[in-house]
Amino acid sequence: MDRASAGLFGEVRKTLTGLWSLVVGLGVTGNQFYRRAVTVHYPRQTVDNLSTFRGPIELIPSAKDPMKPDCILCGMCEQSCPSGCIEVKSHFEEEPDAEEPKAQTPAGAASDPEKKAPPKKKKKTKVIDSFDLNFNLCSLCGLCVQSCPGSGLRFSHEAYLAGYSRSDFEFDLLARMRAKASGPGSAGSDSKR
Amino acid sequence: MNVLGIHIAIELIQIVVAVVVFLAFIGVNVLILVLMERKVAGRFQRRPGPFEVGPHGSLQTLADAVKMMAKELHTPGGADKILFWAAPIITFAPVVVCFMPVPFGPKYLTGWEMNLGVVLILAFSGLGVFGICLAGWSSNNKYSLIGAARAVAQSVAYEIPLLLSVLAVAFQVGSLNLSVITAGQGSWPWQWNVVVQPLSFFIFFVSTLGETNRAPFDLPEAESELTAGFHTEYSGMGFGVFFMAEYAAMVVVCSVGTILFLGGWNGPLVNGPWWFLAKVYGLLFVMMWLRWTFPRVRFDQLLNINWKWLTPLALLNLLVVALMVKLV
Repeated sequence: MDRASAGLFGEVRKTLTGLWSLVVGLGVTGNQFYRRAVTVHYPRQTVDNLSTFRGPIELIPSAKDPMKPDCILCGMCEQSCPSGCIEVKSHFEEEPDAEEPKAQTPAGAASDPEKKAPPKKKKKTKVIDSFDLNFNLCSLCGLCVQSCPGSGLRFSHEAYLAGYSRSDFEFDLLARMRAKASGPGSAGSDSKR
Repeated sequence: MNVLGIHIAIELIQIVVAVVVFLAFIGVNVLILVLMERKVAGRFQRRPGPFEVGPHGSLQTLADAVKMMAKELHTPGGADKILFWAAPIITFAPVVVCFMPVPFGPKYLTGWEMNLGVVLILAFSGLGVFGICLAGWSSNNKYSLIGAARAVAQSVAYEIPLLLSVLAVAFQVGSLNLSVITAGQGSWPWQWNVVVQPLSFFIFFVSTLGETNRAPFDLPEAESELTAGFHTEYSGMGFGVFFMAEYAAMVVVCSVGTILFLGGWNGPLVNGPWWFLAKVYGLLFVMMWLRWTFPRVRFDQLLNINWKWLTPLALLNLLVVALMVKLV
């Protein structure tokens, strides 16, 4: 009942301060009116502050060979994906690197080839065939990136995705990674036009 | 007899020509104003506004108009068909008449010179709410009906301080003829009525915001509460005509404000219609500025502002003006 005690004089004072606040408000918007626009004209201009943007996932190329992914093909991402949009295909290949010790042995000790070869069973390595992402289904939850035990997956910074059909968003991540590695500039050059 | 007949014929032709010219004037001004509104809104929010159609988006409203004309005119089920389609016309037609007594320039640029110009404008701008009321009633839609009820309550309330503030100027000038009121003011800003009666101008301007349903008093079409208010059910040009009427009404009230308080076509250096248009657009810009600054008021606040503040203030103002006129 503050208002009742204030009486007419208080009401008038309240109204006048209220009116002044309206003038202040006009000043605030009026100030913005003369400033430069902060938005960009999208198709002609794009922004480059996308380092925290979570776009479709991408494979991280290995440090030694940028054509090869760091992925260890454990399949955790495929399992953890709630939308089932990741499909990793791989096969076992017999000792692609077993050649090297063999090549060394004849030079070092030619006398004991039978001693070393039998215990060293033929090593099987997983080799990647394809790593497909159906981005139409992806909800960008990030469980795949979180569950990746190595450093095989990350979010890309590609904000400017547009296509004419659903098939435009069925990504072959292996091919995309290789295209990025061989393309102009380094990773992320796609988004910084 | 023959002379009288010729005289009447000339006057009729003059009126018809004036109406056609004003229709074109309204059309052009609505196109400009809608673009201006969107550009100004963009500037206040630090974005470019429409930009893609034409250079800097200048043809955007034309494209919108074409789209609107190409759309289907749909009558909702259960609506009163005759009233429903009469309503936009009843809203729009009086606005055209309101332009008739407006003196755009020193000579010949008045549609119809008349002694009761102010009264005609106030009467016909009051008729606009009738169309809104019919639109809300005949739509058979609760949002439309609430919007119409709000429009009526608001217009009735805000017409009183509007009339009282106009009356204060009429007391001072001693005429209701808009040309005479304009001629009574000088070229320079300190010779305008706004210097003599700033409070009248303030009351007039706030009341016109309520009268034309502009934000922050746009309760009849409050989109967050009533979808689109009284024109919820209108599609295509049905909505387009309401839209045109709204913007044309803004031009009318800003013209009246310019004539009554800002010296009309009087201006520094060379008097002429350019000063008139510049002042009208200045007032329109302020209206847009207010719209993009203040949030919409609540309905009880809207009526409180009017009945508790504007109407008593306008009465007091009128009393003081009447005293001054008698004494000076």
